[in-house]
Amino acid sequence: MSTYLIKRLLEMIPTLFGITLLSFVIIHLAPGKPTDIFTELNPKITPEARERLEKLYDLDKPIIVQYGLWLKKIVKLDFGESFSSDRRPVMQRIWDSKKPLLERRLFVTFMINLISLVIILLIAIPVGVSSATRRNSLYDKITTTTVFIGFAMPHFWLALLLMIFFGVYLHWLPISGLKSMNYDSLPVWGKIWDLARHLALPIFVSAFGGLAADSRYMRSSMLEVIRQDYVRVARAKGLSEREVIYRHAFRNALLPMITLMGLSVPGLIGGSVIFENIFGIPGMGQLFYMSVMTRDYPMVMGILTIGAILTLLGNLLADLGYMLADPRIRAT
Amino acid sequence: MRKDTPINLFWSRFSRNELSVAGGIIVLLLFLVATLAPLISPYNPHDIDRRHILEAPGLKHLFGTDDLGRDVLSRMIWGSRVSLAVGFVAIGIATVIGMILGAISGYYGGWADRIIMRFIDIMLSVPTFFLILAVIAFIDPDIWDFLIPNWLKGRSSIGFLDPSILNIMIVIGLTSWMGVARLVRAEFLSLKEREFIFAARALGASDFRIIFRHIMLNSMSPVLISAVLGIAGAVLVESSLSFLGIGVRPPTPSWGNILTLGKENIGIAWWLSVFPGLAILVTVLGYNLLGEGIRDSIDPRLWESERR
Repeated sequence: MSTYLIKRLLEMIPTLFGITLLSFVIIHLAPGKPTDIFTELNPKITPEARERLEKLYDLDKPIIVQYGLWLKKIVKLDFGESFSSDRRPVMQRIWDSKKPLLERRLFVTFMINLISLVIILLIAIPVGVSSATRRNSLYDKITTTTVFIGFAMPHFWLALLLMIFFGVYLHWLPISGLKSMNYDSLPVWGKIWDLARHLALPIFVSAFGGLAADSRYMRSSMLEVIRQDYVRVARAKGLSEREVIYRHAFRNALLPMITLMGLSVPGLIGGSVIFENIFGIPGMGQLFYMSVMTRDYPMVMGILTIGAILTLLGNLLADLGYMLADPRIRAT
Repeated sequence: MRKDTPINLFWSRFSRNELSVAGGIIVLLLFLVATLAPLISPYNPHDIDRRHILEAPGLKHLFGTDDLGRDVLSRMIWGSRVSLAVGFVAIGIATVIGMILGAISGYYGGWADRIIMRFIDIMLSVPTFFLILAVIAFIDPDIWDFLIPNWLKGRSSIGFLDPSILNIMIVIGLTSWMGVARLVRAEFLSLKEREFIFAARALGASDFRIIFRHIMLNSMSPVLISAVLGIAGAVLVESSLSFLGIGVRPPTPSWGNILTLGKENIGIAWWLSVFPGLAILVTVLGYNLLGEGIRDSIDPRLWESERR
């Protein structure tokens, strides 16, 4: 197990290296110097100040050296200073350890994705199993149709419709932000309730797409398992249908879901750009969008790299989970 | 008398499934609407009418008007061209890249395979939407200018080959080839060990001929299926980007950028949000149903199990 873990971690190194190279190349494909946006916005800037700025970001050095210097810094998780007006370090803007958890962007995105992942699993697995065992029934047809619509639904549109219905029309839920103005003066339960009201729509939207994909996947995994000989044996032994499905088939059908969870990490992180923007939630996705729009290149490179590291960790966790769950793989 | 040619078999399976046929009809309709846009759109999509701003749907404007008094239905009809073109061109680019890299990787193996597979791993580990956003924001759309033939420049009133559209097509294409490459690689790995390839090689066929005539042609069906499903994904990505304001630039109409207006006028003009979104939903659903239908009709294994 530990040798496997070490091997996997070592394998991640060249991929990580490639990712840093990729993000570096994309940013430097842009015409002009990355600091242009900075200097153009400030008409009073002197040539000396411009030079100092370029020196600060090592832009006066050859591109290979720039990459090397950047790489040397990010090994220590130092992504440099953001171009935003306050010039805070990139890492501090993503994860400010001096602030409460809810004001740390990475935490907000992580929390929303984790909650929606749990919701996805709690709904998709039973739905998948029941539509597989009741194959071609009316129930199966209804869930299959719903799944197809779920696949085709543009998330931002779903968000808009929900905002119109629950926010504008019914006035039930707030349509923007993470908490109300009076949040700090609320008692603990009031705070939780306030957060829940703000997060209800974003979590629903972020879970929606995954729900369709995962229940479909669970259904086909279950159908695959039901066809296996050991399920037939279990039936031949005279076990009740309940026992056949839940003790023999279900556990095996669950295994591929672990891999799917790992593979869904990049989609979840990427999707956060859309829902965080629409609902005005201060997370990584919103930060990334703002950084992209202002061409804040240390920020963009930093978030691209961190997003990729999270994805790789997700894949690793999925593989380890698979190993823990499946004795056949542990043995080899 | 009907023969059991593969095409006939395919068609008889395909036409038996109502959902696949429905998907096909949706895609066909989209083609019709896009090509006939000048004939069927009731108004010019660019005509500004300041006296009829944000008018609710009615007999004069079936889907209402936007914040400049433009007819939403006409803008949606012209927007279908963007959706159609982006889907096809982006996935065309992705499929060609994926097929070439997958073929090299699967056929030659060795270090070429290792490098390509590692590259795929890298591309897959950066959240795709992040990657697309970064590329679009940092690459100046005018760098693709050389791809537009001179006689087309400034000709199309609708900005059909607007640099922003071209940019999206290329960026989506460059970031969605990984699935096809893996698929083609897997096909090559299994097909290159088959007897008919040994036979072709014994007859003196070149690598090029074996790759393209013998193996590639035999691995086309999974590629086709993934392309049709990929178009659905590309349509979604394009509309999301346009919605976020970094995709198709107004005044060129696209379903995504009409929805941006829907969000800006969220309290007052529901029609700006409802109709374009519905168009995206139905289009993506159409491609998905068509793709799944083709898969079910091509894959005999599935068909056999279906009959059991």
